[in-house]
Amino acid sequence: MRTKQLTASFGISALAGLAMGAMASFAMPAQAADDTIKVGILHSLSGTMAISETTLKDVMLMLIDEQNKKGGLLGKKLEPVVVDPASNWPLFAEKARELISKDKVSAVFGCWTSVSRKSVLPVFEELNNILFYPVQYEGEESSRNVFYTGAAPNQQAIPAVDYLMSKEKVQRWVLAGTDYVYPRTTNKILEAYLKSKGVKPEDIMINYTPFGHSDWQSIVADIKKFGSAGKKTAVVSTINGDANVPFYKELGNQGVKAQDIPVVAFSVGEEELAGIDTKPLLGHLAAWNYFQSVETPANTDFIKSWKAYTKNDKRVTNDPMEAHYIGFNMWVKAVEAAGTTEPDKVIDAMVGVAVPNLTGGYSAMLPNHHITKPVLIGEVQENGQFDVVSKTSGLVPGDEWSDYLPDSKDLIADWRKPMSCGNFNVKTGKCGGKGS
Amino acid sequence: MRRALRWLMAVCVVVATSTAAYAADLRPLVQALGSGGYSGTEKALAQLSEAGDPAAVPVIEALQAGDLYVRKSDGTVVVARKSGDAFTLTDPLTRAALGDAPAAAVEKIRINNSLRRAISASLGALTLMSPDAGVRRSAADAVFKSRDASALETLSAAIAKEQDKGVRAAMEQARAAILLTGEAASKMTDADIQAATDTLTARGDRDALVLLNMVAGSGASDVTKKLAAAAVSTLEQKLAFWAALQNLWYGLSLGSVLLLAAIGLAVTFGVMGVINMAHGEMVMIGAYTTFLVQEFFRAHAPGLFDLSILVALPAAFLVSGGVGIIIERSVIRWLYGRPLETLLATWGLSLALQQAVRSIFGPTNREVGAPSWMSGAFELGGLTITYGRLWIVIFAFAVFAALLVALKRTWFGLSIRAVTQNRPMANAMGIRTARVDALTFGLGSGIAGLAGVALSQIDNVSPNLGQGYILDSFMVVVFGGVGNLWGTLVGALTLGSMNKFLEPYAGAVLGKILVLIFIILFIQRRPRGLFALKGRAVEA
Repeated sequence: MRTKQLTASFGISALAGLAMGAMASFAMPAQAADDTIKVGILHSLSGTMAISETTLKDVMLMLIDEQNKKGGLLGKKLEPVVVDPASNWPLFAEKARELISKDKVSAVFGCWTSVSRKSVLPVFEELNNILFYPVQYEGEESSRNVFYTGAAPNQQAIPAVDYLMSKEKVQRWVLAGTDYVYPRTTNKILEAYLKSKGVKPEDIMINYTPFGHSDWQSIVADIKKFGSAGKKTAVVSTINGDANVPFYKELGNQGVKAQDIPVVAFSVGEEELAGIDTKPLLGHLAAWNYFQSVETPANTDFIKSWKAYTKNDKRVTNDPMEAHYIGFNMWVKAVEAAGTTEPDKVIDAMVGVAVPNLTGGYSAMLPNHHITKPVLIGEVQENGQFDVVSKTSGLVPGDEWSDYLPDSKDLIADWRKPMSCGNFNVKTGKCGGKGS
Repeated sequence: MRRALRWLMAVCVVVATSTAAYAADLRPLVQALGSGGYSGTEKALAQLSEAGDPAAVPVIEALQAGDLYVRKSDGTVVVARKSGDAFTLTDPLTRAALGDAPAAAVEKIRINNSLRRAISASLGALTLMSPDAGVRRSAADAVFKSRDASALETLSAAIAKEQDKGVRAAMEQARAAILLTGEAASKMTDADIQAATDTLTARGDRDALVLLNMVAGSGASDVTKKLAAAAVSTLEQKLAFWAALQNLWYGLSLGSVLLLAAIGLAVTFGVMGVINMAHGEMVMIGAYTTFLVQEFFRAHAPGLFDLSILVALPAAFLVSGGVGIIIERSVIRWLYGRPLETLLATWGLSLALQQAVRSIFGPTNREVGAPSWMSGAFELGGLTITYGRLWIVIFAFAVFAALLVALKRTWFGLSIRAVTQNRPMANAMGIRTARVDALTFGLGSGIAGLAGVALSQIDNVSPNLGQGYILDSFMVVVFGGVGNLWGTLVGALTLGSMNKFLEPYAGAVLGKILVLIFIILFIQRRPRGLFALKGRAVEA
């Protein structure tokens, strides 16, 4: 029944998406390609992922608008081309192709779920264009045409576990996630990491739930039971999207307090907390590379212009928005350095570009197309914001191939010439390992 | 909470008049709270609670509430409460007013989880002698959790003085916890250890189990370990029994959610035979109506917020029902007897409604608050029952009963049954069938709206709310038997408890798949579901 529903929903939302995408493309003034530089925005504006992705579309429009006010790029105005892939993974590929072939965009900012990224990846490689991917993800990938501005597992999951281990003295771990590729891979990495730190297999509980799971009663009860073995227990949550609200509500209802069993989440940010009463969640944790509560001049300006742009004083900012902020500024800098928007030259100019991030430092593009970021751990406050309780002393470089998985520990990616390889095996000295 | 505050105030008056000397002693410690980051605050807090002076209680309470700030100009630790844009400052010990300060002039003393634990531990130790039984009770619970050996003396004194039975039991449990886990354990006699483990076993909850497990696995003496292990196995058996009951409750609770979601569909699909794929969106509209009603209450009558849900119920029924009638009049009535076209048209409608809501309210979740009588949980034996779920169970059965009465005992119900069983004959008898169709569809949609009010309490209020329930609803109605309300009831409860009993063993994902396979096999055997309609109505 699930499959049936999915197929049906794909079919129909594909139609709806096509119609809406077409409208969006028509809505843009059809200017000649010469006087503007087109930037593609590939985020779902309808369907299940609209809840997260619409904000990213808005922040891109704001960044482009600001750049145009500063005089554009290479003396030309930037022109956003917005399409709606409607939370439908195959449609992402179709829309990406349309953006590159028909609209002739110079770069695309988009995608949220890993499955949508995997769906567009071949298109970007075939048509040789650039994708900026702004969301934390499971790693195990590096493409010449993709720049990963979100966190790799070593920039989010592993520091969070380290924090719990050292500061909260956690000995027993619940790895709870939604059943798809990001949580499964992340949990595999974490499990290997925990075992390497001497955690026994019986002290790790792994639990997966379907997308949009809403009845958490027995799982929360299970977590309580698992936590009563006399050792300090924590939950590492890779629960995604809509399922989080009922999960946290149930935690609050059953009285699971952060002082007893803290939950650290990798997919819960300011935006997700906006729909819940956070008083019972006081002290639960999240690991990100950015929080709205970070007090730096750059962030204050960013929040101010975001609120002004959306004309809504209650709008919050979050980590993937910062990733787009960094990615967009990196692209602008690389285009200026290359003197052209031609993807090949921009890709080569990207590596080594450093731009200020919003947490008071500089983020640099690494040869593996991931970036350097600080890792912050925040505790949920009563006002739905996070209070930063721990920050890595320096920047953490993104590691695309995890060192904790046997398949990938020998692989590295380096897109500089002459290596120019996304999965170089340092043991065999050959390009082409897993993922080739 | 309020009682605690009142007591605190009483203490403060006493402190302010008689113990100015105390305040002077505490001053450097209070001052130290504001420096050295988390670890500095924690160290100062430990010294403050070691001083054992109740005058420190309001300071620690202020720290817990996040009201303790450092004045930037001279580094003094002050209590600051927001009034308008500025902060009103008071001295944490003497409570003397220190004037106002702009937000930029003070910096909050931040606390993290480990500090929060330390705070409740020291508040517990300091308030064991409080004149208020409720405060003493929570103090005992806090000490039970912290197992702070330094509180042992006060605790013993408090137990000797304690009159209230419940509070004394809590204190004795706290003492047992300290004795068993602390250094004192090695000096205890076997009988004392036995008594302590018995006290914990009598407590009989998970917290006690945590402790006993800890003792059993620790470096304590062999006797202690053995006694603890025996207590653990007794306790585990008891908890396993309660866990099974708890699971039954979860099943009932999930079943009632399914019942609520499906019962409207049992009218539109079951009675009228319309395959209404937009049913989930009626639920969603009900939830958004709740949101709007709550917004209204928040803006105009925040004091009556607890009643907002009661107002939302009729509002959601009318709004969803109205939308349902419009849909029936404009789309569905042209498609009677053409199930495939109905399916496609209503599916399209559901997408359109979702996108409309997304455009009006935005794609992000809307916050629907829980009234105070629906928040929290209570213990029933070893069961934890959350009020929200309890009310939803009661509500689901109430709606079911009301619908049953409406269909069986009212003129409107009679017309509905007449029209669905034999349309031409009903027409001939003077029933305006078109109107009955519209009202029936409106009734089904309105009930879906009621479900939305309930679901807004446990799920996301987002445009996708309905999608999560449409499949389950169809499953329940088909499994229970199309056209039979009792079938829907039994179907919902069966599927709910089946899901919950499979979940612990098979996991949530596999559990759902197994339920699905079960339904497929069941439908093979009994194509008309659990309670099949018989007779002429079936063919109509």
